[in-house]
Amino acid sequence: MGEMSMANGHLPFEKPIVELRQKIVELKKFTKEKQIDLSEEIATLEAKAERLEKEIYGNLTPWQRVQIARHASRPTTLDYIQHIFTDFMELHGDRLYGDDPAIVGGIAKLDGMPVTVIGHERGKDTKDKIARNFGMPHPEGYRKALRLMQQANKFDRPIICFIDTQGAHPGIEAEQRGQSEAIARNLREMAGFTVPIVCVVTGEGGSGGALAIGVGNRLLMLEHAYYSVITPEGAAAILWRDASEAQQAAEALRITAQDLLKLGVVDRVIPEPKGGAHRDPETQAAWIKEALLETLNPLMEMDGPSLVKDRHQKYARIGVFAGGD
Amino acid sequence: MLKDIFRKQRRYATIPSPDAKREIPEGIMQKCPRCGTISYAKELEKNLKVCKSCGYHFSLSAPERIAVTVDEGRFFEYDADLRSLDPLEFPDYKSKIQKDMEKTNLKEAVVTGEGTLGGYPAVIGVMDSRFRMGSMGSVVGEKIARAVEQAVTKRYPLILFSASGGARMQEGVLSLMQMAKTSAALERLHRERVLFVSVLTNPTTGGVSASFSSLGDINIAEPGALIGFAGRRVIEQTVRQKLPDDFQTAEFLLKHGQLDMVVPRTELRQTLIKILELHSNGGNVDGKRPSAL
Repeated sequence: MGEMSMANGHLPFEKPIVELRQKIVELKKFTKEKQIDLSEEIATLEAKAERLEKEIYGNLTPWQRVQIARHASRPTTLDYIQHIFTDFMELHGDRLYGDDPAIVGGIAKLDGMPVTVIGHERGKDTKDKIARNFGMPHPEGYRKALRLMQQANKFDRPIICFIDTQGAHPGIEAEQRGQSEAIARNLREMAGFTVPIVCVVTGEGGSGGALAIGVGNRLLMLEHAYYSVITPEGAAAILWRDASEAQQAAEALRITAQDLLKLGVVDRVIPEPKGGAHRDPETQAAWIKEALLETLNPLMEMDGPSLVKDRHQKYARIGVFAGGD
Repeated sequence: MLKDIFRKQRRYATIPSPDAKREIPEGIMQKCPRCGTISYAKELEKNLKVCKSCGYHFSLSAPERIAVTVDEGRFFEYDADLRSLDPLEFPDYKSKIQKDMEKTNLKEAVVTGEGTLGGYPAVIGVMDSRFRMGSMGSVVGEKIARAVEQAVTKRYPLILFSASGGARMQEGVLSLMQMAKTSAALERLHRERVLFVSVLTNPTTGGVSASFSSLGDINIAEPGALIGFAGRRVIEQTVRQKLPDDFQTAEFLLKHGQLDMVVPRTELRQTLIKILELHSNGGNVDGKRPSAL
């Protein structure tokens, strides 16, 4: 799970900022009570706090970003759906086994246009989180997503996916019901839909469990989200036989939005409010909406076969190797 | 009594030391890791590296697999020059690749090409678990996607033998994206109605089982093969209960409806030929409905 966020919602690396801000508040209070003019000192400290914020938030390490991406109050898919879309109608079930609450989906309007929206949902309070298995889907979750995407394809609606999961659930029943097959089938089917597909990594992009709703024409990513083939803890355990080396693994794996943009995997990075999406979910939602519309509009001009071709070419291009010219 | 004397003598039989047990002359004899039976390597090879006592399937290298699958001498390799780079500058990756190249005499963890089985042409890909545990990075993904393209263009059936620990960690998200790349290529093959037979061999796990190897029109596994999405240890830590003994074996998957059949290696080639024949149209193997009816 990594380091837990502190009780007040601040992460360990934010401590210097929090302490300085507290000092400023105390000084202001002191000024009022004792009628002593400390405005110069306060101004100096405020300038210092701003510099410190710029320094810390401007130079976040990959591991610090992972902590922001996992923040307990980070907005979830249902928050974004509420703020970005209107008329959301949630649809349930895979028609085969059950309804997996770790994935939510349905029809909604984006700026008046009907779209199908699907996303991992990690849950809010403890009870909700447990019910939703912390956003880690079983095969029926992926099969529900597939059913909703097939429905969107049938009615010519664009598909928007929000990715935010530690990964697909590792469990006995998940294996029995074909976790591998459910993911694999989604990868293949998503490649063939004749409607625009735009995917946004909003928090954690945990390997195959994330990719299973992530094969789009365009992939967007929030500034502090991460997307990785394996969790930093998992990589550390394999490489150095020590999960506490996760910080080092997070750097080696190149998992940040900025890394993925350079590697040609991500098409656009959506900025986050200072300190992360949880500081201002509404602003974050507005920025995502703006990026979605700008990305979707040119895709709406393309016909079905061109969209399929575009998607195939996007993935055919990804990879780095020598030879084969 | 006289018998007792003999019995006493027998008590002094020498027991080989544990070290001595392991000292099987390399290359001449081979010991079965499951039942302990020692057989001549040549005889084991004649039986396609399946233990005659217990049926254990030893793993095959890619060249060995090709040799026992295609009609003799009829294999034309594709993209033999593709080699891995180190796009993330990941610790020790280059040297590990170099070591595996020397160890296996291969350039990467998959060999692709075309050949014939019982006279039927097919595009074939074979993974080699000795090379980085058969993991899929950029080269493996690219070679498989290119092989699928060949199958689409030539309308030859595609047969992929998987043996892989999953996506390759050292190429990070680029490896993850190879799952999408190979599956997207298979979408085209699927749309073009060309046959794809997936043969899952020991082990097929993680990102490979969660992409192309689960997407066959027919999915076949070798007996006892480990096949699954998540690793056994990870699942044990999550569910905190004992896993069934046969968990994630080919037989377990068959029981749960995840495979079409489990076929012993000694019958595999004939099974594949039969499948190709069933999908052929007067020798023109292209997945289309036979017109003769």
